[in-house]
Amino acid sequence: MAKQIQHLDRVAIRFAGDSGDGMQLTGDRFASETAILGNDLSTLPNYPAEIRAPSGSLHGVSSFQVHFAAHDVLTPGDSPDVLVAMNPAALRANLADLPPNAEIIVNTDEFTTRNLEKVGYTSNPLENDSLDGFTVHRVPLTSATIAALADFEVSKKDAERAKNMFALGLLSWMYSRPTEGTVEFLRQKFAKKPKIAAANVAAFQAGWNYGETTEDFAVRYEVKPANLLPGTYRSVNGNSALAYGLVAAGLRAHLPVFLGAYPITPASEILHELSAYKRYGVTTFQAEDEIAAVGSALGASYGGALGVTSTSGPGLALKTETLGLAVMLELPLVIVDVQRAGPSTGLPTKTEQSDLNIALFGRHGEAPLAVIAARSPADCFYAALEAARIALTYRMPVILLSDGYLANGSEPWLLPDPADLPDLRVEFATEPNGPDGKFLPYLHDPHTLARPWAVPGTPGLEHRVGGLEKANNTGAVSYVPADHDLMMRLRAARVEAIDVPDLEVEDPTGDARVLVLGWGSTYGPIGAACRKLRERGVSIAQAHLRHISPLPRNVGTVLAGYDRVIIPEMNLGQLAHVIRDRYLVDAVSYNKVNGQPFTSAELETVLEEVVRND
Amino acid sequence: MTEVPLKLTAKDFRSDQEVRWCPGCGDFAILSAIQSFMPELGIPRERITFVSGIGCSSRFPYYLNTYGMHSIHGRAPAIATGLAVSRPDLSVWVVSGDGDALSIGGNHLLHALRRNVNIKILMFNNRIYGLTKGQCSPTSEFGKVTKSTPVGSRDTPFNPIAVALGSEASFVARTIDSDRKHLHSVLRAAAAHQGSAFIEIYQNCAIFNDGAFDVLKDPASRDSVLIRLEHGKPITFGATGEKCVVREPRGFGLEVADTASVPRSEIIVHDEAVPGPAYAFTLSRLSDQDLSNTPIGVFRRVARPTYESMVQEQNTAARTSATDSTPDDLLAELLHTGNTWTIR
Repeated sequence: MAKQIQHLDRVAIRFAGDSGDGMQLTGDRFASETAILGNDLSTLPNYPAEIRAPSGSLHGVSSFQVHFAAHDVLTPGDSPDVLVAMNPAALRANLADLPPNAEIIVNTDEFTTRNLEKVGYTSNPLENDSLDGFTVHRVPLTSATIAALADFEVSKKDAERAKNMFALGLLSWMYSRPTEGTVEFLRQKFAKKPKIAAANVAAFQAGWNYGETTEDFAVRYEVKPANLLPGTYRSVNGNSALAYGLVAAGLRAHLPVFLGAYPITPASEILHELSAYKRYGVTTFQAEDEIAAVGSALGASYGGALGVTSTSGPGLALKTETLGLAVMLELPLVIVDVQRAGPSTGLPTKTEQSDLNIALFGRHGEAPLAVIAARSPADCFYAALEAARIALTYRMPVILLSDGYLANGSEPWLLPDPADLPDLRVEFATEPNGPDGKFLPYLHDPHTLARPWAVPGTPGLEHRVGGLEKANNTGAVSYVPADHDLMMRLRAARVEAIDVPDLEVEDPTGDARVLVLGWGSTYGPIGAACRKLRERGVSIAQAHLRHISPLPRNVGTVLAGYDRVIIPEMNLGQLAHVIRDRYLVDAVSYNKVNGQPFTSAELETVLEEVVRND
Repeated sequence: MTEVPLKLTAKDFRSDQEVRWCPGCGDFAILSAIQSFMPELGIPRERITFVSGIGCSSRFPYYLNTYGMHSIHGRAPAIATGLAVSRPDLSVWVVSGDGDALSIGGNHLLHALRRNVNIKILMFNNRIYGLTKGQCSPTSEFGKVTKSTPVGSRDTPFNPIAVALGSEASFVARTIDSDRKHLHSVLRAAAAHQGSAFIEIYQNCAIFNDGAFDVLKDPASRDSVLIRLEHGKPITFGATGEKCVVREPRGFGLEVADTASVPRSEIIVHDEAVPGPAYAFTLSRLSDQDLSNTPIGVFRRVARPTYESMVQEQNTAARTSATDSTPDDLLAELLHTGNTWTIR
C-alpha cells in the first residue's frame, strides 16, 4: 500500500515510559538520526528524582523530548506534537502537555487492569472517550516485539526489553529518519553480546516494517534539512559543553586546569566529564565538602593553575567565604553554578534562575566579582572560555551561571577550530617590580588593575598573602583607614575595568518600541517568542545579557531607547531588581518559579500584551 | 634575580613583618625553632609555602620569608591540598591551632590525613581560643571554666593524636613549644616523611590559659609525667626510669607500671612503624586531661604512597603520547572524539 507523504516544517516528539524502558536512549538515538539528516534540533530529558522509582508508577516516568525542524531551533519545543507512551503512567503523566490533535502512540500491552490501577485510572482511557481529540495509534509494542524475536536466541525478558527499539524503528519510519547510525550503534553497544545486538537490530527493523505495512499508519512525514552552516558537528548538553570549555580554557592558556568539586545535582556531570580528561591537562579532586572543593581550587590557582570549582546553589552558599578570600587575594578562580530550584534543598532536579542574587551579592563585606551566564547548551563552551578569560586577565573569581535546563538540554554544536578561540596565555611574575629590587605583590597594572601572579617556586618573589586588609603595592597587612578605603574602591574598580562587549539588540524591523531583556537559559524561549511575534507583524526588540557583573557599558543607552522594557526570569525578579536600581528604568518583570522553563507560547502571549498596551 | 645562597640561616627565614603575639606566648618559641630548623631542610625558600587558617597561630606565615597564605578559619588543609596536588615540587606546611584544626576545620584535617597529601600540619594546641579572647576549645579539659563556660565546660575534649590516628594518618607526633631540641627532632622526622605529617605542639597561651603545660616543663614535675618516645627503646620514664609502659592485664590497652615490679621483657619497646594504628592509639590514651603520663615524640610513622604521587601517576599514564601534541591539537582531538557528523 502506498503511503501518503506529508511535509512538515517542525515537529516535537516526546518519548515517555517507565524508568526501566530505556526512553533516554531511545530519544537520544532518534535525535542522533535527526542530526545526521541535517535538521536543527534541541532536546530535553526529564528524569524522575528517585534513583529507582517503583515500576509503572507516575513518579517513575522518564521522558525525552526532541524538537527538530527545517530551520534553526531555539528550544526543545513547548508541547509535543507526538507522544510515545510506553505504559499508562507515561500517558497519564504527559497527557496534560499535549495540544489538541496531537498524535499518541500507546503500548496497548501495558494497559492492564493492574497497571491502570497503579496510576489511578478507574477505566481504561483507550476504551473511553478521554482521548477524543487526539489521534491515537494503538500498538501492541511488547507483544509485537516478542513475536518479531521469536526465532532469536534471547530470553523472553531480553526480547521484551527490546521494545524501545521497536518504538524507535516505528518513529524512524514515520519521520523518514536514516537508520544506519542506530544499527551501527546497537552493534557497538552490544559488541560483547552479539545475540542481544542482533535482537535489538531486529526489533528496530520490525518497528520500521510495522509502520510501513500497518494500515493504522497511513501518513509518513518528512522534515527537510535545515540550512545549517557547513562543518563538523556534535551533540552536546550544557554540562558537556561546559566541561569542554574548561579544557579549552586550560589549553588556550597553556595552564593546567584543577577542578575541585563535591557531588551535587545537577552539576556532577562536569566533575565526571573532567575526570576523564586527564590527558588534556586536567586534574580533578573530589573534595570532602563544597568548602574544600573551592578551597583546593584556590590553592591550585595560588600555585599557578586555572582553579575551577563546579556546584549548584546549596554548594555556592557554602563557598561564599572562600570567594571573599579569593577577592582579597586577587587570584583567578572560576566558579560554575549550575542553578536549580531553591531555597534549601528545593527541587534539585528542576531548573530555576535562582542564584543571580547570591552570585552578585552573596558575600560578607563588599566583595565584588565578575558574573556571567550561558544562554544555550552549546554556548556553555564559550561561556566557560569567557569566565576563564576574565579570571586570568583580571585576577579575580568569576561566577559562571548555567542551570538545570541548559545542563540537561542538548543541541548540535558546530565544532570550532581551536586556533580561532581566544588566546588566554598569561605571564607569571618572574622579576621584582619595585624600587630597590623589591617585589610588590599588590602593585596593580594600570589598565586591568590586576596584580602580578607570582607563583611559589619563583626565586626572589617570596611574599605573603591573606584575608586581612592590606596596603596597596606592598600587600603588607594594614589597619590604616585610608588603606582599607583605597583597597575597597580598587577591588570594585577592577570589576568595572573588565573589557565587556556592548549589549547587542536584535530588532529586524528597527521600529520596535518594546525591548525584552533576558539573561541565561531563557534565551531560547524568548527568541522563539519574538520570532513568532515578528512573523505576525508585531515589532519587538530582544537583547540578552552574557555579562551581568559588570554590565556592558551601553546598557543604559539601550534601555533608554525603548518605551517599555520587559524582563522575563525564572525567579521572582532578580535581574529586574538590578536593572531598576542601576538605570532607574521602570522595567516590567515577568516571573515563573514552578521549576519548569518558559514555553515560547506563554512568552509570546505575555510579550504581545506588553506591546499592545504600550 | 637574587641568587639563592647555598647556605641559608635562620635569619633568611625572617620576614620584615613585626611579630605581634602577646608577651610570653609560646608561639615565639615555635617560630624561632622553625626559623632555625628551616635551613636544615636544604630547600630553597621559594619552594617552601606555609598555609594557615585563622587564630593566633595562623599569623605564622607573615613572619616567615617564604611563600605564604593566611587563609580562612579551618580551611588551610583544603587549600594546601589543592596547592600540593597541583604543585608536588613544593614543600607545603600548614600551621593551625586546636580550634582551627579540630573544631571549625575538623573535616578538612580528617580528609587531608586519610588521603596522605604530602603536607606537614603543625597544630599548636593551647587548649583555649586565644584570638577571640578566651573561650573553651575542643581540647579544653572537661569542666574548664572559661568566658563561654562560666560554670565549667560540659564538652568532652578531643585527644588530637587519637583523632589523627583514626583518620589514617601515616605520621603522628607530639612535641612541646619550649623544648627546642625535641621540637627540632620531630620536625626533622616529619620533613623526611613522605605524606601527611600531623604534629601536635603543646603551646602556652600566656593570657588565657597560662601555665597549661607547666607540669610538663617544670624540672620538679616533668620527669614523672613526660614519656619520651624513642623508636626501638623500651618505654620507661621518671627521674631514674622507675616507671614503664606495659600491656594491660585485661583489654587491649597499655598502662603504666613500676619498672622494678615487671620483668624487663614485658616493658613495651616503642615501635613507630607498627602497620596498624591500634598500638599508637593505645599509647595516645595513656595520658589523661591532667597530663599525667604524656608521651611526646613520634607515635606512628608508616610508609604509604602520597596522594599527589598517585594523582600524578594517573595523569602521566593518561598523557602518554599527548606530550608531542600542541595544545590546539589536543583540543581538536578531544572535540572530535566520539559521535560527530559533517554538514556540507
